[in-house]
Amino acid sequence: MDTAGFCTQARVLIVAGKGGVGKTTVAATIAQMAATAGLRALVVEIEGKSGLGAAFGETEKLNYDERELAPNIRARTVTPDFALVEYLEDHGLRRVSKRLSKSGALDVVSSAIPGIKDILVLGKVKALAREDPADLIVVDAPAAGHAITFLASARGLLDAVRVGPIVEQARDVDEMLRDAARCQVVLVTLPEETPVNEAIETAFGLEDRVGIQLGPLVVNGVYPPLDLDVGALDDAGLSARDADALRAAAEFRLHRQELQAAQLKRLADRLPLPQIVLPQLFTSAIGAAEIKQLAEAMERRVAELPTVSV
Amino acid sequence: MSAIRELAARRSVVVCCGSGGVGKTTSAAALAVEAAALGRRACVVTIDPARRLADALGLGELTNEPRQVEGAWSGELWALMLDTKTTFDALVVKYASDPAQAERIISNRLYRNVSGALSGTQEYMAMEKLHELHTTGRFDLIVIDTPPTRNALDFLDAPRRLTKLLDNRIFRLLIMPTSSYLRAVSAATQRVLRTIARVVGAEVVDDAVAFFEAFEGMEQGFRERAQAVTALLADDATAFVVVASPRRDATAEAVFFADKLVEAGLGVDGVIINRMQPTYGDGDITVPANATSALRTLVENRNAFDALAQSEHAQLNGLRGAAGDAAIAYVPMLLDDVHDLSGLDLVRAHL
Repeated sequence: MDTAGFCTQARVLIVAGKGGVGKTTVAATIAQMAATAGLRALVVEIEGKSGLGAAFGETEKLNYDERELAPNIRARTVTPDFALVEYLEDHGLRRVSKRLSKSGALDVVSSAIPGIKDILVLGKVKALAREDPADLIVVDAPAAGHAITFLASARGLLDAVRVGPIVEQARDVDEMLRDAARCQVVLVTLPEETPVNEAIETAFGLEDRVGIQLGPLVVNGVYPPLDLDVGALDDAGLSARDADALRAAAEFRLHRQELQAAQLKRLADRLPLPQIVLPQLFTSAIGAAEIKQLAEAMERRVAELPTVSV
Repeated sequence: MSAIRELAARRSVVVCCGSGGVGKTTSAAALAVEAAALGRRACVVTIDPARRLADALGLGELTNEPRQVEGAWSGELWALMLDTKTTFDALVVKYASDPAQAERIISNRLYRNVSGALSGTQEYMAMEKLHELHTTGRFDLIVIDTPPTRNALDFLDAPRRLTKLLDNRIFRLLIMPTSSYLRAVSAATQRVLRTIARVVGAEVVDDAVAFFEAFEGMEQGFRERAQAVTALLADDATAFVVVASPRRDATAEAVFFADKLVEAGLGVDGVIINRMQPTYGDGDITVPANATSALRTLVENRNAFDALAQSEHAQLNGLRGAAGDAAIAYVPMLLDDVHDLSGLDLVRAHL
C-alpha cells in the first residue's frame, strides 16, 4: 500500500493506547510520514501535555492556537474545558458561558452528563474534520483505559439522555466514529505482557462498544534483529572483563528479543490486524531526527501492507 | 538501610504517584513486601484493574476488602483493589440519616455518574479507603497506588471536590426554603438553570436538583471526613514516593508531580525510577583491527545499550533537582517482566 493511500484511508486517525507505550511518538510519526508524502497533517493533542511539541524539537507547550511544527505539520490542543466554552459560545451562550463556569454550575452539569466533556472534544474534532484544510487529522487520544470511555462517550449519552442539543452533538460524533471512511483508530502497544493484554482488551472493547474501525496496530520499541553470536568471543583476544560485558549485553538482548517475539505472536494470534513494527531507538529523548527515522521505518512497513478498500 | 527502604520500615502511609506505564503498581507492591519482610503488617491498595498484581501475589482476585497474601515473611502482607462505587456507596450509607435517604442518593442518576469513576471520584475514593484502613489500626503500613490522572495530583483535591459540589451556590439556593431575599436571587438562578436546560436538556437539571435535595443534611459529615483525609496526608508519618521511568515525557511528568507535592507543602520523600537500561562494563571496548564481523556486532549491541543508559541518565538530571534531598532508587530493566513474588523480590533488592 502506498503511503498517501494509507494516510487518507480515513480523514481522522485516532491514536490510542495505554500510558507509556509511545502514543505521542506514533501520532508524530504518522504526521511526519504523511508530510513526507506531500500531504498536509493536523495533529490534535487532547491532554495538554508537552510531548508532541518536544517530538519536533519545540520547547513550548502547545495551546489552542495552531502551530506549525514542521513543513506540512500543524498541531494544536483541544481540551475539554476549551471545547465546552466554545460549544456554549456556538450555541449563542457567549455571555452566560463565563458566568456558568465561574459559578461552578458547569462542574455540576458535566458531572451530571456522562462523558459530556469527551463528546465535546470529539465534536470539536468532527468540526475540524469538516472545516480544516488538512488532508489528515491525527488525534493523540487520552491514555487507555480512558480510550474506551473516551470513544464510547457518545453512545453512552445517547443511551442516557433523549433530547436537547447535546444529544444531536452526540449523534453526529457517533456517526463519525462508525464511518470507517471518516474515522479509524490506530492502537499502539509495546511487545510486553501487560501492554499486549491491554491492547487486546481495548481492541475488543472498541469494536463492541463503539463500533469503530480499527486500523493497523503499531508495536513500538521492537529490537531491530541483530545476529548475535557469543561464540565469536572465543579467542577474540579480548580481556575477560570486556568479553563478559559483551556476553552479558548479548544475552540480555537475545532474551528480550525472544520475549518480544513471543508477545508479537500472541498479539497476532489474538488480533487479526496488520502490525506495523517500529524499531527500538537507543535514546530516551525522541526528537525531530528520531521521528524522521521512525517515519521512514513506518513507510517501509506500510509499503508491505496489502491495499484495502474501505 | 537505604532511605527508600527506611520509608517501608518506619512510615505508616506511603502514597505512590506517577504517570501511567511507569511501574507504579509494581513499586507499591515491592514496598509492601519489604515492610512485611521487616516484620510489619502491611497492606497494598491498588487501583490497577489488570489482574497483574493479584497474579503476582498469588491471589485469584482482589476485592474491595483486604485479603492476606501468604509468603515467607515475618510480618503480614495484605492487598486490596479499590472498587470506587462500593466505597462511595458505603460512605453514603454511613452519613445518611436513614436508609431511605441513602437509597434516594444511590439511585440518583447524577450520583451514579459521579460515583462511577468519573470526575476524579476514583482519586477521592482511594483517599477515603486509605483513611478507612488507617483508622482500623489493623496495619502498620498502608501503601497506596494512585490513579494515573490527567491532572497529576487530583487526589490531593479529591476529598474537597464533593464538598465543593455540595456547596455549589446555585443549587443550594434552589433547594433552600424561600425567603423574600432568596426568592429574588432564585429568579436569577432559575434563569441560569433554564439556560443550562436549553443546552443539555431539562432531565439533567432535574437530576441535579434531586441530587442536592437528597444530600441535604449530610454535607457536614462529608466535610469532616475530607478534613480528616487532608490531615492524614499532611501527617509526618505519611510519605510520598514519585515513580517514573527514564523516558523524557515520564520524567517531565515526575518533575511536575514533585513540584506540586512541594507546593502543597507535602514534599517528596522518595523517587523510584523503573526500567533503567543496564550497562555492561565501563568505558570503550576496543576490538582488535582484525575482529570478525560477529565480534563487531556484539560490540555494536553493547554500545547501543551504553548510549541508551547515558541518555537516560542525562534525562534524569531535572528530576534529581526537583527531588531535592529525597532518596532515589534506580531499578534496572529486568530480564523478565515482573509477574510473581520472586520478581517483586528482584525489584525490592534495588530499593
